Amino acid sequence: MRRGIAATALVAALALAATACGGDDKDAAGGTKAGGELSGTVTWWDTSNDAEKASFQKIAEAFTAKHPKVTVKYVNVPYGDAQNKVKNAFSSGSDAPDVIRADVGWVADFASLGYLDEVPAETAKKVDAEFLPQAAASGKYEGKTYAVPQVIDTLGLFYNKKMLADAGVQPPKTLEELKTAAAAIKAKSGKAGLYLRGDDSYWFLPLIYGEGGDLVDAKTKTVTVDNEAGVKAFKTARDLVTSGAAVTNATDGWTNMQTAFKSGEAAMMINGPWAVADTYAGDQFKDKANLGVAAVPAGSAKAGAPQGGHDLGVYAGSKNRDAAHAFVEYMTSQEVQVQSAKELSLLPTRTAAYEQPDVKGSEMVQFFKPAVDKAVERAWIPENGSLFEPLKVEYTKAITGASSPEDAAKAAGIEFRKILKGWK
Amino acid sequence: MAAHTSQSVAKAAGDDVENDVAARGRSRRTDSRNPGGLRRALATHWYAWAMITPVVLVLGVIIGWPLVRGIYLSLTDANERNVSRTIGVRHIEATYEFVGLDNYVDVISDPVFLQRLVWTVVWTVACVSITFTLGLVLANMLNRDFKGRAAYRMALILPWAVPGFVSVFAWRFLFNRDNGILNKILDGGGIAAIPWLDDPTWAKFSVIAVNVWLGVPFMMVALLGGLQSIPGELYEAAEMDGATPWQRFRHITLPGLRAVSMTVILLSTIWTFNMFPVIFLLTRGGPGDSTEILVTQAFREAFITSPRDFAVSATWGVLILLLLMIFALVYRRSLRKQGEVW
Repeated sequence: MRRGIAATALVAALALAATACGGDDKDAAGGTKAGGELSGTVTWWDTSNDAEKASFQKIAEAFTAKHPKVTVKYVNVPYGDAQNKVKNAFSSGSDAPDVIRADVGWVADFASLGYLDEVPAETAKKVDAEFLPQAAASGKYEGKTYAVPQVIDTLGLFYNKKMLADAGVQPPKTLEELKTAAAAIKAKSGKAGLYLRGDDSYWFLPLIYGEGGDLVDAKTKTVTVDNEAGVKAFKTARDLVTSGAAVTNATDGWTNMQTAFKSGEAAMMINGPWAVADTYAGDQFKDKANLGVAAVPAGSAKAGAPQGGHDLGVYAGSKNRDAAHAFVEYMTSQEVQVQSAKELSLLPTRTAAYEQPDVKGSEMVQFFKPAVDKAVERAWIPENGSLFEPLKVEYTKAITGASSPEDAAKAAGIEFRKILKGWK
Repeated sequence: MAAHTSQSVAKAAGDDVENDVAARGRSRRTDSRNPGGLRRALATHWYAWAMITPVVLVLGVIIGWPLVRGIYLSLTDANERNVSRTIGVRHIEATYEFVGLDNYVDVISDPVFLQRLVWTVVWTVACVSITFTLGLVLANMLNRDFKGRAAYRMALILPWAVPGFVSVFAWRFLFNRDNGILNKILDGGGIAAIPWLDDPTWAKFSVIAVNVWLGVPFMMVALLGGLQSIPGELYEAAEMDGATPWQRFRHITLPGLRAVSMTVILLSTIWTFNMFPVIFLLTRGGPGDSTEILVTQAFREAFITSPRDFAVSATWGVLILLLLMIFALVYRRSLRKQGEVW
């Protein structure tokens, strides 16, 4: 009996203590707000590449200047392994990061699995009002905002101005012009015209958009990769390689592409703003002015590049959600975006950032901004990121000649329908 | 197993107590007056049972449970969206359902399964036969007395001493078409670059080459041990009878190595069949899916494609296990027929 009373008293005391703690703080369990001040550790998994990571680490750790009691733990996770690693960490709950930098294609997937914490209402309002609408769209799932856009990007045609001038050609506007230009470059210097990345299906998107196609049509729930335009896109990819206009690799594509372009082994490549910092480090671009960027060459229908970018999301199971959300807000603030635009030529997601002199002064940003405005918005469905793996298999097969364009398109369609159950 | 063992220990301890009690003349024992065979065995060997309990428990936890769970999952439609998971303080219950053999029907009726199986068999047979032949040749060479034998042995064991993933990454650099050393050397000799990892056929060749390189030391060491256990008198006698080196090799060395070779071939076959790191790290199953073997396919289902399909991956895993069990049974039977005791 005595013991019973004691236990009840203890529970009551604990409850009181808990409510007392929770009185002015939203999240008592995390204990992040002691008297309104944020504290604790925020672990951030960043997926930026080798050329960018030092800059981001510095920016992230500067968060401590604003919130001295918060420690930022910066972890760089290579982009290629990140989706898998993040999922492992999120589903097991142990050692999961508080904040992740997610490719725009992953947000809906993570959100649909319940891994992401909804963005606080005030921040969500700001995202709607102050960010580029297509960037804001990428952080949403079923009408709710789960991630704040950090950078936006799209693909463009990078070219070595000197090599093109030596061969007497203009930056090509269509794939036909590209083939002619490549032939002239080869005749002049013996080098390849274009390096087309063959081990990542993201680089296939401009080709399929160029033929007027797309991977899927989310509105009518139809898989479109295997329609006429899709087949044509696989044909174009194969043709670029067999005609000698492009060189490619089925492995280590990123490294090989950057090496080839930076050393002048290839005169052009298709790449995004995230490659600019690394490209400037190359021999050929000691004089930054030698790097030119143009819109991706058009196929038979139009020129189209995919909208990409990265959003920052907070893990729903984070013990430190307040600090994590504050960190996300900081990392997507105008000041930080302007800094990464200046240092790394990355495109801001805030509309007003484009008015800043540092952003206006960046040639790359000035080029990519109109391209981003026109970029093809992808279907923000949970399966978005999953489509790339089976597509990669077929794209590589088609580009290396292991499978005919027709078979590759058909096989991709079959795999897509396995992932998108019930789609046409 | 575990339950048995602990029981036996308890019983053994209980017996002592009961003996004590009996000595005081208050025996109520009825069942243990005429102990059965099992009971007697447990009573005699209780110490041995007690000793192996930890091992049995650990094996049960790290092998038995996942195996049972894997088989169970392969009979459900479990995937990333319906398994139970804990997100911070929130726990989401599992909602997957039992679907019987549907996954097996799906996997086996998919042409992908046959493609993977054929390549896995080709890969295993090629790797094991080349590794074994090279290992045998090298072991025979190293079994002679010559200067610097120890140094050669060391050099040949090296691939084994280096962690597998380090070797595979090193090979990946060598194979790189544009910047790899192999193609630079070929280029120096005026030969056009070979798309080592970019062409399906060359990629198959490359993964086999790397696996052979990794596997030869083990074969060599095992066979060298076997060679050294063959009595030298046999060779002397054969030489006296005028047998040629080839005859000596065929009639003394090969039969003498039989027991060792059978074991290493069986082991090597199972390892190669499931050799995940070489394929995954060297080509990721590519270009396309041309070097994908059964285990890398199972990995792909569970970890690369999304939503992760745990049920289908488990199905692939169970099928791999079944194939290997069938192989081991057939192998054992054929050995028995040849008079080997296994």
